Amino acid sequence: MSLQQIILLGSIFIPAFSAIVILLFFLNNERRAKEIAYVAFIFPFAAGIILFLNFDPLNDGYSHEILFERMGLHELGITFHLGLNGVSAPLFAMAGVVGMSAGIAAIHSNADRKSLYLALLSFMQSGLMGIFASVDIFFYYLFHEFALIPTFLMIGIWGGRDRRSIALEITIYLTLGALISLGGLVALNVMVDSAKFDFPSLSNAILSDGLGSSTQNKIFGLLLFGFGILVALFPFHTWAARGYECAPTSVSMLHAGVLKKFGLYGLIQIALPLLPEGGQSWGAYILWLALGNVLFVGAVTIAQNNLKSMIGNGSVMHMGYCFLGLGVCSSLGASGAIMLMCAHGLSVSLMFLLSHYIHLRSGSLEMNEMGGLGGQTPILACFFAAATFATIGLPGFGNFWGEFAIFLSLGAQEGHFVFLVLAALGIIISAIFGLRAMARIFYGTKTDEMIAYQKNKKISDLRSKEILPAAVILLPLLLLGLWPKMVSDGIDTNVSSQLSILNEEGVGDYALPPCCPPQVELKKKAPPLMDSIKPENGGND
Amino acid sequence: MEVMTNMDAFQVFAEDNMWRQIWPELSLVLGAVLVLLVDLFGPKQQKKSSLSGSLAVLIQAFLLVYHLLDYLLLNHTFERSSFSGMLCHGFQGDIARTFFLLASLCVSIMGNRYLFLNRSRVGEFHHLTMVATAGLMLLCQSNNFIVLFVALETVALAFYPLVAYNTNSEKSLEAGLKYLIFGALSSALLLLGIVFLYGVGSNPEAWGASATYDNSRDYLSFEYVGDLLFNNPDNLFLRGGVVLILSGLAFKIGAAPFQIWVADVYHGSPTPITAFLAVSSKAAGFFLLLTLVNGPFFGVSDFLLPLIGVVATFTILFGNLAACTQQNIKRMLGLSGVAHAGYLLVAVMASMHFAGDSDRAVWVVYFYLFIYLFASILIFAVMSLAHFENTDEDQQFEHYQGLLKKHPWIALSLLVGIASLAGIPPFGGFIAKLMLFNVAFEAKLHWSMVSMVLGVVISIYYYFGWIREICFQPKPKFDDEEKDQDLWLRLDQIGLIKFTIICFAVVSFVLGIWQGPFGDAF
Repeated sequence: MSLQQIILLGSIFIPAFSAIVILLFFLNNERRAKEIAYVAFIFPFAAGIILFLNFDPLNDGYSHEILFERMGLHELGITFHLGLNGVSAPLFAMAGVVGMSAGIAAIHSNADRKSLYLALLSFMQSGLMGIFASVDIFFYYLFHEFALIPTFLMIGIWGGRDRRSIALEITIYLTLGALISLGGLVALNVMVDSAKFDFPSLSNAILSDGLGSSTQNKIFGLLLFGFGILVALFPFHTWAARGYECAPTSVSMLHAGVLKKFGLYGLIQIALPLLPEGGQSWGAYILWLALGNVLFVGAVTIAQNNLKSMIGNGSVMHMGYCFLGLGVCSSLGASGAIMLMCAHGLSVSLMFLLSHYIHLRSGSLEMNEMGGLGGQTPILACFFAAATFATIGLPGFGNFWGEFAIFLSLGAQEGHFVFLVLAALGIIISAIFGLRAMARIFYGTKTDEMIAYQKNKKISDLRSKEILPAAVILLPLLLLGLWPKMVSDGIDTNVSSQLSILNEEGVGDYALPPCCPPQVELKKKAPPLMDSIKPENGGND
Repeated sequence: MEVMTNMDAFQVFAEDNMWRQIWPELSLVLGAVLVLLVDLFGPKQQKKSSLSGSLAVLIQAFLLVYHLLDYLLLNHTFERSSFSGMLCHGFQGDIARTFFLLASLCVSIMGNRYLFLNRSRVGEFHHLTMVATAGLMLLCQSNNFIVLFVALETVALAFYPLVAYNTNSEKSLEAGLKYLIFGALSSALLLLGIVFLYGVGSNPEAWGASATYDNSRDYLSFEYVGDLLFNNPDNLFLRGGVVLILSGLAFKIGAAPFQIWVADVYHGSPTPITAFLAVSSKAAGFFLLLTLVNGPFFGVSDFLLPLIGVVATFTILFGNLAACTQQNIKRMLGLSGVAHAGYLLVAVMASMHFAGDSDRAVWVVYFYLFIYLFASILIFAVMSLAHFENTDEDQQFEHYQGLLKKHPWIALSLLVGIASLAGIPPFGGFIAKLMLFNVAFEAKLHWSMVSMVLGVVISIYYYFGWIREICFQPKPKFDDEEKDQDLWLRLDQIGLIKFTIICFAVVSFVLGIWQGPFGDAF
């Protein structure tokens, strides 16, 4: 076993192991629990960075692979198989970064029963690292659920107002989504004659012996709505903003930033490459639903007064862009979606983190009760401005490249102009709510509520232990914006080889030629999406 | 001379009995008698523990270990019949013996604490439990409808007093009466069904007479009934008999529309007996159902499949929806057990679909039952730890408030049990449901799958409701409210129950990530 494999394995099991140690021995010893929690969060962070830097972006397969044949259900082809490819490596590193930031924030938070809190958070971190390190589809699903259970518990125990009912709502909603997608995965497992149930074997099996298009449509539908519920696809998004508003900060960061990307990752890695015809026929619906995310939820976001609720709604809105990239069904769109997933994971968790810091200083999350905080806390204001700009999608941050690629892919597709225009409105919406939030929090005059709250308190700017978690996120975000090639090479190589089946229109491949993509002819050439919507005579012409 | 030949025949018959084949059942019954004798003539009951209770636990533990060793070392894979074909011992028999011994061992362990708290008679409890278990073990190996009925009645007769064991509690007596009435009804249905089969099979003059009539065979053996049904699948009487027999079994497993007794009986009976009912009685129904639908009733499976499909769907939806409204844990668990019976019925249907290669679906049933055993016993063991004034009736959600804060380990184990029942990964229940989905999909039971998904989502509501009470802060209490006594105060006294709880929590978790022999066989 090479060092990298050990690191990969450790990034999953060290957090889980730390959590068990905390539960076993240090449930009443907060100081020790904190020390162990540092290990639990710093190791995955370091592992993510090291493995990402050691990763060859031009390799279109998996690297650092580990395979334990004995674990799992053999009859179903399930094995414990870990590895990273160009798509999962950046997400894996992103999970490590966000996890460390959320973990340090949690260690310095003032939660009661902190040992238990840190243990549950470490369990969640272990699941998050596992999601993106899994090659086997079953374990990919398993790790997601493994991360989800502590989420429910933490929302229920340490959440804000209405936490009991919200925890229940989220549990039911997400279980429904998870079960529907499980149905799709089981269907794939049964229908595809593959010796193993992992990404590469399944795609090989499907390439040699494709599924019929009606089967593809059904399975794609199951996966789309199952994963869609988990990613808060319109109209199944109602759980998300409420949940994030209620959840403790670190949980919001990890869930909105990392765990929610599970569904999109599944759609891009499983549904699109394995079920191309299903993707073609569902594409138009995905685009319309994604517009619902961007415009409808965007309008809802503008109306929010609560800062966390605004960020939560905003994150749901930006998921719409990812779905737009997905619905185009081209490798450019999918690559843009992955790029946006990485950047959005960082930016939204930074926003949640900063909202926590603002809450500590203003005593409230209602934006009409704040104002003029910028004078007291210039560093916080700088960080918040950077996070807001990233969220809006200004150049210089990673989000820009993701959204840019998605818009390009929409423009490249004939007849998608309507979607392009409507989706671009989303940029304006983000600017409205983002800049307005900045103005209301940091500029203007102080409200009476805030003066009353700050009366007997010494309000200080961000301290170094608060700057650290924020900077840990902001730096990669900037790096991603200034040097996107760092991530995009790997994504291109993988996505274009996986989605080579979709590339018949000559769309895609905007950076590098694919490395020996398996060439396969689709049995039936699918018409461009909008053609089927247009009247046959071309209207009045 | 003539007498001599007759004796020879008897000798042949006696040699054919092969008593050695049923040694676990025999030694269990002998142990049961021994427990009773010790209770009668042995030393007087001690303050904390009693000799007969410990003896019962020891005997069952020894039998379980011995049986497992015997099974693992000798590994009888072949089917063999004894008692002139009355019993058939095979792989399923060994699985069932392990299952029931494990379950009754746990029931005895829980029972000891229960009996101590309630100051009830010890000997009879263990005696009846062990006799019932022996009956269950025979029931699952029966190869003849007479043995089936006799074994079933043995079990039922042992269960009636057990359900009403707490004679100080009105609820327990009510539950006993209800169980008696419904049990009698189900026995009557079962017997009527057997009579129908016998009537058509034994009489060449009967209406819709059988083509396979053969007076040299035993009319009630499974093989004969199987041939009979295979050759006359359309005979109305035979179909009626099959439906009546299955209705009798549906009572045992709590499948709709015969689930009506479940909530009340579970609520009223002593907690260990609730566990016994929930695990052993239900499992016996499924072992038997598997034998019947893949054996004698194979000929009418085209007729049975839609019937069981409707029953399964209705059972899943009814169990889950009814459980949502409950505030009492035992009622909730009873109704969720009804839902689990529905899921298992889907697996039974899948096993009927794969006519030649039904092993996988059968394995799913076994695996699911074992997972259900671990999770349920774990939950009931935690429930039996609480020190209520009236242990059987007072198991409300609110009694579990803040358990995580008071006793983190017990609460975490309980969470593992609940999560496993709810089918949340990475616990065993999830793998069981995954396997179930898989075979159901392969058998093309799409609508059953839809109802299963719906059921699982609904079930999250009540399982999570309980988790909510355990983990999250209790509701704010008013100051003038009386401070109630801590129900969980005396947890440190009982090592064995705690050991069982921790063991089963670990097993539930390990089976979620590594299935071992189950995975290989699947």
